[in-house]
Amino acid sequence: MSPPERDIPRGEVPGVPRDADGPVFDEPWQAQAFAMAVKLHERGVFTWNEWAAALSGEIRRAQAAGDPDTGSTYYRHWLATLERLVVEKGLGTAGALSERKDAWDRAARATPHGRPILLENDPLA
Amino acid sequence: MSDDHHHDHDHDHDHPDSVLSEMDLRTRALESILVEKGYVDPAALDALVDLYETKIGPRNGARVVAKAWTDPNYREWLDRDATEAISSVGYGGRQGEHMRVVANTPDTHNIVVCTLCSCYPWPVLGLPPVWYKAAPYRSKVVRDPRGVLADFGVELPAGTQVRVWDSTAEVRYLVLPMRPAGTEGWTEERLAALVTRDSMIGTGLPLEARKT
Repeated sequence: MSPPERDIPRGEVPGVPRDADGPVFDEPWQAQAFAMAVKLHERGVFTWNEWAAALSGEIRRAQAAGDPDTGSTYYRHWLATLERLVVEKGLGTAGALSERKDAWDRAARATPHGRPILLENDPLA
Repeated sequence: MSDDHHHDHDHDHDHPDSVLSEMDLRTRALESILVEKGYVDPAALDALVDLYETKIGPRNGARVVAKAWTDPNYREWLDRDATEAISSVGYGGRQGEHMRVVANTPDTHNIVVCTLCSCYPWPVLGLPPVWYKAAPYRSKVVRDPRGVLADFGVELPAGTQVRVWDSTAEVRYLVLPMRPAGTEGWTEERLAALVTRDSMIGTGLPLEARKT
């Protein structure tokens, strides 16, 4: 006899920080991504229906591509959805996002440990 | 940018020379562009995160439940128009979604899920727990809700029917658990302390009176 199915943790997932009664963000970027979506919605950039449809599409594509979808990758899908909608709505271009990402990467590498990472630290800026 | 989202799953581990993770870089890129263009205000982002991390949590929902337990008129209002009844105590739907309250009875136990993504009643419950967002919960709760309840350590009488409510972008559900025995005459505040987050999702029951 096989052991009972235990694929659902009892509200506990090892390695995921949480307080006694609720979830917390694993990493600061997740909180920022969460807040950006809420704020863009408040500004009317997209409706919540659009958001939910885009996010569930993102999750489906990720699952099809082999994402384990265990909840820990949730905010990855969230951020990908946000990037997609920002480009679709003309708030920014994919090229600009990619260039800016590289700029942050150079800035981070050029910033001495312990100092705040600022975009102007990018040596190419 | 449709197909480049998934490839980083396997290699955004920290390289020795890299300071920020791939996800962190992407988030900073997006945020700095949106801030420059005036679409978001960094201070407002911080305030929102603080609100959700520390102030909302599931306590708002617990207050709604405790009020419904003690005030029959409020309970009736919740049944009739949960969106209005909940916003009357100050917890408005940030996404403009409609709230619906599903009440547990000795005959029926309710569980909430979002099979599509992770729609969740943030204004009353804060941010969703990790398991709520995970595929195992989303798929298993539909085909085997009693099995899910057992995973969470909840056992219901054999005669109790289990109903699963699938949230959408338009309708979010809040479970109204049954008031624990032995709490006659308790204040709303004392009752609210018995209401757990999971009891309002349906994967748990309120705490028992003697445990507080």
